[in-house]
Amino acid sequence: MRTDDCLAVLAQHRTDEVKIAAMSSAVRWPAHSRHPRDLIYVPSTMGGAPALGLGLALARPDVRVIVLNGDGSMLMNLGSLVTIAEQRPANLALIVLDNGVYAVTGGQPVPGGGGVDFAQMAVGAGWPSAQRLRELSEWEMTLPALLSASGPHLVQLTVEPEPTSITVPPEPMPERLGRFVAALGTSERS
Amino acid sequence: MPTVDLAAVAAELRSIGFSHLVWIPDSELGGLEGHLGEAIRVVRACREGEALALAAGLTLGGARPVVAVQCTGFFEAGDAFRNVVKDLKLPLFLLIGHRSRAAFEAGRSGDSAAQYLEPVLKAWELQHDLLQPGDDPSKIGRLHAQSQTGGFAAAIVIAE
Repeated sequence: MRTDDCLAVLAQHRTDEVKIAAMSSAVRWPAHSRHPRDLIYVPSTMGGAPALGLGLALARPDVRVIVLNGDGSMLMNLGSLVTIAEQRPANLALIVLDNGVYAVTGGQPVPGGGGVDFAQMAVGAGWPSAQRLRELSEWEMTLPALLSASGPHLVQLTVEPEPTSITVPPEPMPERLGRFVAALGTSERS
Repeated sequence: MPTVDLAAVAAELRSIGFSHLVWIPDSELGGLEGHLGEAIRVVRACREGEALALAAGLTLGGARPVVAVQCTGFFEAGDAFRNVVKDLKLPLFLLIGHRSRAAFEAGRSGDSAAQYLEPVLKAWELQHDLLQPGDDPSKIGRLHAQSQTGGFAAAIVIAE
């Protein structure tokens, strides 16, 4: 699978979910979706996107949160799988784009590159739902249910390594965050 | 050795209106969870950098988290702190346990964790105040009010 093909499928099903895109997906996602609830998490702390998504999901249980993460980023914060499992946010999905390399630094292999089963790790950590998909057709079939079912869900997508370069958007992050928070609106709980 | 009154600290955290405690316990703050009550939801993180990113998400979603970690974990969380406080400019509020502080100041400890917290806080330009055994915990609320009014991150350092 190609990353852009996976993201295109996700964009086709886009409604009002929050999408947090980190590292490679942060570069590629805007070509598929430009929505006020897209958080292009650049600059970021590498590995922090799942935790950021968990925080948002806990604060706003009325909003579905989808985190797009890379395998290198996932490896930097594997403990977040356990943290998320303990909190069990029903409105959170974590999509791991597994290309086996650090795409933004020139394509060097990540530890265990391509052979790490994050879905199995998630199950071991206590996630109620985790899948590893290698074919685009599987992803196309899986996504609609994932967007409506109670989570948390983890989906590991095996994708081809493609070099990517990250540039920090010219608009300062606080301004972008301000628009993002405004797009979240007011919690239905308050 | 005297310790900070955790029941009073918990009461102060409730009074401030924190919604979540995101934390990894340390030896001084370890008993805090038992005093929190139901008003503050506990979120246990596996690593301190993760805790800061999690608190950032909570903040963006409108919650009011406080992060509690030991200074050793704060050292580990440097990049997350840089991102959340310097890039995202979120006014996070932290409780940081200062391991071996009392013994270090008395010349009875060579613990580098005690030695380097103050220089690191200074390097990160993180405004902070010290809470020692016997101190009035209302200083937590005062610093928090300043940080939220001013829009800057701040920390209460709790001496171990």
